[in-house]
Amino acid sequence: MSSVDPTLVQLSPNSEPRKYWRSLDELANTPKFRDWLHREFPESASELVDDKSRRTMLKLMAASFGLAGLTACRRPEQKILPQSKGIEDYIPGKPQFYATAYTQGGVASGLLVECHDGRPTKIEGNPRHGYSLGSASAFAQASLLNLYDPDRAKYPMKEGVRMKWDDFTVFAQPHFAGLGQGQDLRFLVEPSSSPSLAAVKQHALSKYPGAKWIEYEPLNRDEAIAGAQIAFGQPLEVHHQFEKAEVILSLDFDFLGLDSPTILPVKQFSNARRVESKEDHMSRLYVVEPSYTVTGGMADHRLRSRAADVRTVAAELLKQLGGLTVLNGATTPHGRWIAAAAKDLKAHAGKSLVVAGPRQPAAVHALVALINQQLGNLGQTVTYTKVADGWRPQLEQLKELAADLAAGRVKTLVILGGNPVYTAPTDLALADKFKQVPVSILLSEQDNETAAVVKWALPETHYLETWGDALAADGTPTVQQPMIEPLYEGKSKSELLALLTGYKDKRPYDIVRNQWFASLPGDKEKAWRKALHDGIVESAPKAAPVSATPNAQKVSEAFAALKPAGQGTEVNFFASAGAYDGRFSNNAWMQEAPEPMTKLTWDNAALLSPATAKQLGVESGDLLEIAVGGAKTPMPALIQPGHADNSISISLGYGRTRVGRVGNGVGHNAGAVRTSDAFWFGSGSVAKTGRKYPLSHTQEHFSMEGRPIVREATLEHFHHHPDFAKHAVHVPKLFSLYDEHTYEKGAQWGMVIDLNTCIGCNACVVACQSENNIPVVGKDQVARGREMHWIRLDRYYSNDPNDPQVVTHPMACQQCESAPCEVVCPVAATVHSPEGLNEMAYNRCVGTRYCANNCPYKVRRFNFLEYHKDITEVGKMAHNPDVSVRMRGVMEKCNYCVQRIQEARIAAKADGRRPIRDGEVKTACMQTCPADAIVFGNINDPESRISKLRKQDANYGVLEELNTRPRTTYLAKLRNPNPELA
Amino acid sequence: MADLALQQQLDPVNPPLVLGERDYHGITKDVAQIGEGKTPKQWYIAIGITASITGILGLMLLYLVVNGIGVWGNNSPVGWAWDITNFVFWIGIGHAGTLISAILFLFRQKWRTSINRAAEAMTLFAVACAAIYPLFHTGRPWRAVYWLFPFPNPALDMWQNFRSPLMWDVFAVSTYGTVSALFWFVGLIPDLATLRDRAIANNDKLRSYIFGTLSLGWRGSAKAWKHYELAYMILAGLSTPLVLSVHTIVSFDFATSILPGWHTTIFPPYFVAGAIFSGFAMVMTLMVISRWALNLQHLITMKHLENMNKIMLATGTVVGYAYATEMFIAYYSGNMYERFAFYNRAFGPYWWAYWTMVSCNVLVPQIFWFKKLRLNIPVMFVASLLINVGMWFERFVIIATSLHRDYLPGSWGYFRPTPVDMLTFFGTFGLFLTLFLAFVRFLPMIAISEVKGIMPHGKAHAAHSEVAH
Repeated sequence: MSSVDPTLVQLSPNSEPRKYWRSLDELANTPKFRDWLHREFPESASELVDDKSRRTMLKLMAASFGLAGLTACRRPEQKILPQSKGIEDYIPGKPQFYATAYTQGGVASGLLVECHDGRPTKIEGNPRHGYSLGSASAFAQASLLNLYDPDRAKYPMKEGVRMKWDDFTVFAQPHFAGLGQGQDLRFLVEPSSSPSLAAVKQHALSKYPGAKWIEYEPLNRDEAIAGAQIAFGQPLEVHHQFEKAEVILSLDFDFLGLDSPTILPVKQFSNARRVESKEDHMSRLYVVEPSYTVTGGMADHRLRSRAADVRTVAAELLKQLGGLTVLNGATTPHGRWIAAAAKDLKAHAGKSLVVAGPRQPAAVHALVALINQQLGNLGQTVTYTKVADGWRPQLEQLKELAADLAAGRVKTLVILGGNPVYTAPTDLALADKFKQVPVSILLSEQDNETAAVVKWALPETHYLETWGDALAADGTPTVQQPMIEPLYEGKSKSELLALLTGYKDKRPYDIVRNQWFASLPGDKEKAWRKALHDGIVESAPKAAPVSATPNAQKVSEAFAALKPAGQGTEVNFFASAGAYDGRFSNNAWMQEAPEPMTKLTWDNAALLSPATAKQLGVESGDLLEIAVGGAKTPMPALIQPGHADNSISISLGYGRTRVGRVGNGVGHNAGAVRTSDAFWFGSGSVAKTGRKYPLSHTQEHFSMEGRPIVREATLEHFHHHPDFAKHAVHVPKLFSLYDEHTYEKGAQWGMVIDLNTCIGCNACVVACQSENNIPVVGKDQVARGREMHWIRLDRYYSNDPNDPQVVTHPMACQQCESAPCEVVCPVAATVHSPEGLNEMAYNRCVGTRYCANNCPYKVRRFNFLEYHKDITEVGKMAHNPDVSVRMRGVMEKCNYCVQRIQEARIAAKADGRRPIRDGEVKTACMQTCPADAIVFGNINDPESRISKLRKQDANYGVLEELNTRPRTTYLAKLRNPNPELA
Repeated sequence: MADLALQQQLDPVNPPLVLGERDYHGITKDVAQIGEGKTPKQWYIAIGITASITGILGLMLLYLVVNGIGVWGNNSPVGWAWDITNFVFWIGIGHAGTLISAILFLFRQKWRTSINRAAEAMTLFAVACAAIYPLFHTGRPWRAVYWLFPFPNPALDMWQNFRSPLMWDVFAVSTYGTVSALFWFVGLIPDLATLRDRAIANNDKLRSYIFGTLSLGWRGSAKAWKHYELAYMILAGLSTPLVLSVHTIVSFDFATSILPGWHTTIFPPYFVAGAIFSGFAMVMTLMVISRWALNLQHLITMKHLENMNKIMLATGTVVGYAYATEMFIAYYSGNMYERFAFYNRAFGPYWWAYWTMVSCNVLVPQIFWFKKLRLNIPVMFVASLLINVGMWFERFVIIATSLHRDYLPGSWGYFRPTPVDMLTFFGTFGLFLTLFLAFVRFLPMIAISEVKGIMPHGKAHAAHSEVAH
C-alpha cells in the first residue's frame, strides 16, 4: 500500500500556501487526489458511480485531509489511514482554542473559540483583543448556534431549485463579463470593516466603475456620524471613555446594552463603578431614555422621556451649562433634574461625559458634541476618529437604490449578506422591486425573506467557517480564522465577489493573507503566525483621534431644522435583546434568553408605561394594532414600569416568515411599521384589537416584597456603614443533628457576585447554556415555568411603580455547605463533594423533585420532558463533550462548571502535583462576564481574589438566615445619587 | 324503616346496634347472600363504569411514563402538585379503616363491628390508589421502582439516603399497607369459613374451593377462637401506632423541609386528625350508599352513622383549630417568610382553594352539633362528600400554595393542572371503586362473626340454623 501523498496531508507552514488550505471542490477534484483515493480505497471508490455520494465522500475526505494540518477535522465515516506520526500538540479529548473575530455593526470583537475534535463548541472573548478583554456578549456566544442552524442556507438555489456552484459559475462568469462598465450593476452589502473585503470591493468598483456599492444595516450608527458631520464638518466616529468619566449622562443611549457592538463600554463602566474599599470612587450615571434598558437599570438617576423629547433635555442641559440657547420657546418639565445634572457635570468638567444614542437624530449628536466641548470633555472622555472615505448615510443610499430599482436602472443586483427585504423600511417596498430585477443574486447565511424574491440565493459561510478580517472600533485589525470546514456549500462575501469580478486571489485564505502579509514587519511568516495566534495584527496603526472644534452655528441651525415630534403615540424601534435585527431569529438560545428588563422570551411586545396603558385601557397580553403612516402591525401589549408616557417601544427581529423552524412566526414584525421617515421613532397610533396574545416570561413577580435579597445602599450610606448588608438579617447559630463538615482541607470553591457591577446583560446565561449543554424548552414550556437556565438574572423593581429603579440578581446554585436539597433526596443523587460542591449524580436521579421543592433559591431545573429530542444531528455538534446531556426525568443545576475544575486539577497534577492556582479555573459565567462581576475561586486560599472579596464588608449571603451557608455570596448593590436630587 | 327507627328511639342512650328481628342465622344469611345470589345487573353496570375509569388511569399513566412529568402541570417552583396532593389524600382516606378496626377495637367500641370490615377494605384500596403516586410522580419511575426500596442494589451501588423523608415514606406506607392487609385478612377468616360452609351446603364447588383455601382450615373450635382473638388483639395493638405513624411520617415530607408553610411542628397531629376526618367522611359516603343498595339498614344503623358524624365533628374541629394555630404561629413567629406564606394562602392567588378548604372542613362539620342533622341521611351524605373535597383542598393548599411563592419572589410561579392531571386523579377513583365493588360482591362486607358477638344473646337462638355456628 502506498503511503499517503505528503503534499495532500503534510502541510508545513513553509509549503506552498495553495496546499495549505484548499477550497473543498478544488482539492477534491484534482485528478491526482482522485486517482490516489481510488487506489487507496477501492470500496469507497465504487461509490463514485453515484454522483451525490461521490460528492459527499470526496468532500468529507478532502475536508479531513485538508484540515489535518490545522488539526481541525470533521471525521469522515469511511476509514482513513492514521498518520504514522501524531499531530503536534493534539491530544484527543482535549479542546483547542483558536482566535477569531465576531463582527456586529461592522465592528470586530476578538474571540477565542474552544474546539473539540475540530468542531467549535464554545465561544469566549479573546483576552488579547482590546474590545473583548476576554469577554463575549450574549450574541457573540450564541452565534455558535447559528453555525449549527439546521435551517441555514446550504446550497445554491435558483428560484427555489437546488443547483450546484458550477451551475452558478457557468451562468455568472459570462454574465459579469458582459456587464461592461457596470452602469446597471448594484451591490447591496452589509456594512463591514473588513480591509480584505474592501480590497476586493475596490477591485470590483474599478472593474465596473459604473456600479454602485450600497451599504445598509437596519441598526446602524449613522446618526452619530452625521451628527459629527454637522458639528465638525466631517463624518467622524465617536469614541467614549466610560472608565475615565466620573459623571456620565446618557441621552437615549443603551451603551451597556444593545447600542454597543462590543462589550468594551461595560468593562470600562464597571471598572469605574467597582467599589472594593472605602477609597474607591464610583462614577455617577444619569440616563434619559424612553424605554427601560440595561443602561437605565444601572442609572443613579433615570429620567423617562419620549425619544422626541430627549432633544429638549439636551438643549436645556446645554443652556444650563452656559452654552448656546437653541431651544426656541420649548420648555421641559424636568428643569430641576437637568439643572442638578448640569451642575454635577460641570463640577467634573473634563472628567464627565455626555453621550447620545444611535436612535437620536444627528442634530442631537451635534448638540452633544457642543455639550462635551462646553464641559471640556473633548479629547478627554470623548474622541473622534475618521470613518472610511465616501461615507454616506445608509438610509440615503438605500433610498437611492430603491429609486434606481423603481426606474428600472438596475439589471444586476448582488446582495452580499443581510436580509434587506425584511429589514429595510417598509415604504421602500424592496421585495416587489427586487422581483423586477432581471438578475438578482443573494449571498446569505439564512434562507430568508430576501432569498424568496431573488433569482439566485447562494449560501454564505458562517464566520467560523471561513477566513476573514475586520477592524475593531479603534482600527485594530482582527483576524477571523475558520474553526471548521464549511458545513455546507457556503462561500464568504469576498470569495463570491472575487469569483464574480475575477479578483487576483480566489480563496478566502489568500484574500485575507495577502491583504496583510506584505505589511507585516520583520519576519513576515512569523508575524503572520503570531497574528493568527493572537487574533490581532498588532503592528497595524490604530485610528488616530481627530481634534476638531464643533461649529456652534451649524449645530444651532441643524437643531432648529429638526423635524418636530408628531402628535399621537410615539412609536420607538429598538434592537431586540433576543433576535437583534433578525439575524438571531432562528437561534434558540437567544429566543429563550429572557429580555433583560421584562424577562420576556420567544416574543417581542409593545412596551408601554402603566399610565399610558391605563389611558388606552390596555393590559399586558392585549393584542394591539400599531399604525405608523399607512403601515400597520399587530403587537401584544406589555406594561413596562418606567417607560415614558404616551410612547411605546417595539423591538425588531421578530415576526419572521422565512428563517427556519425556530424563528418562523415567533413574535410580531415591528419592521412592518418602520418607515424611512420613522426609522428610529415616529408618531403613530395604537388601537386595541380585542384579542389576547399569550406572552411567556421567566419571571412573573418583580417586587422584592421587602425581603433582604438584593441589599442596596447609597455610596454615602456605605461609607458610613460599610457593613450595612451584614446587618440586614440575623443569622442564628446552626444546631445540627449531624456532624457538620468543616471544609478546612484542600481547595474549597466559592463564588462572589458583585451586584454593584452586574448589568444583567445575559452573557452569563448564554455562556452557561453553551458550556453545560442546557436545553431550550420553547415558549409553551417557559409559560409553564420550566425554563432550564442554570443561571438566571432575577430582576426586581423598587420605589414608584411608574418610575421604578431596578436591580439585577444573578442566581445560580449557591452550593450551600448545609444544603437543604441533599438531605431530602431519597436516592442520594445530590451530594456534597469534599471541595464544597453540591454535586449532581445524574445517573442516580429518579426525579422526585423533592430537592427542588426544598431549595430556597429555586435554582434546580427539572427535565419535565425530553428537551433534547428535537436537536438535529448538526445541532448536536454544538454540545460540549465534557458535559453529559441529561435525559428527561432528571434534575440538573449549576455545579460551578465542575468539568473545568477537573480539567484544571488534571493539569495541575500533571504539572508536578501543585495546587490549582487562583484564576486557573474560571466558570463559564465568570469567564464571559463583561462587567467582571463574577469571581470564582478557592476560599481556603487566603491570597485568592475570592477570599479577599469574601472578607469585604459588603459581602453577604442571600437567605443566610436559613443556615444554608451558601458558597456563593454577593457584594451589596450601591448607588451614587446626586444629593441634590435625593 | 319506621320500625327500625322506633327501636332506636326506645333506647336513645344505648340503642341496639342490630335492629329488626334477626337471629344469628339471619345475620349470616343477610351478609352471605350478597355474594351468593345471582349477580345483579346493576353491579355489572357499576363495575363496567368504574373499570372503564380505571382504564383511563392506566392510559394516563402510560402516557405519563412515555412522555415525562411534563404532561402534568408541575413546574418550577411547584415541583409537587396534584401528584403528592392525591397521594396524601388517598393515604388519609385509608386512616379511618385502621382506626375503626384497631383503635376502636381496643377501646371496646362495639359499634365498630358493622362498619369495620368495609372500612378496612377501603383502607387497603385507598393505600393502593395512594401507592401509585410515589412511584409515578418520579421522573424516571423505571428506576425509582427498585431504587426506592431499601436494599443495596448494583444499579445504585450504595444505600439509599436514610435521611430523606421520602425514604421514611417508603417504610411507613409499605408497613402500613402490609399490616392493614394482614389485619383485614385475619379478621376475615371466620367469615370466610362461614362462606365456605355455606358453599359446601349449596354444593358450589368453586366457592367452596376458594373459600376453603382462604379460610385456612378454620373450624371454629373454642381453642381456635381463643388463639384467633389473641392474634386479632395483637394485630390491633400493632396497627394502633401505625394509624398515628403513617400520617405523621407523611407529614414529615413537609415538616422537615425548610419551606415556609411546610416547616411546622404542628403537622403530625394535624395530619393525623385530618386523615381520620377524611377517612370517616369516605366511610360515611360508602356506607350510606352500601346500606341503601344492599339493604343493610338493620346492621349499619343510625347509631353507627351518628357516631361517625360525631367523630367527623370532633376531628373537623381539631383540623379547624390547627388552621387557626398555624395562622397564629405564623403571625407570632415574626418571621416574614412564614407570615407571608400564610397570608398568601388566605389572600394570595389561591385564596379560593384556601377558603374552599376552610368552608368544607371547618364549617360543614359544625352542622353535626344538631342531632336532627346528625340523623339526616341526605345531609350527612352531602357533608361527607364536601369534607372529602375540603380535605383534598387542604393537601393542595399545603403543597401548592406553599411552593408557588416561597423565598425569592423572582421565582414565584403558579400551578395549573392539565387534563392529564385531572384524568389521572379521576382514574384513581375508578380503581378505588372497582376494588370496592369487587369486595362487596365477593367477600362479606360486614364482619358476621363480630356482629353476632354484640347481639343481645336472647335473640340469637330464636331459630336454629341448619348450618353450624
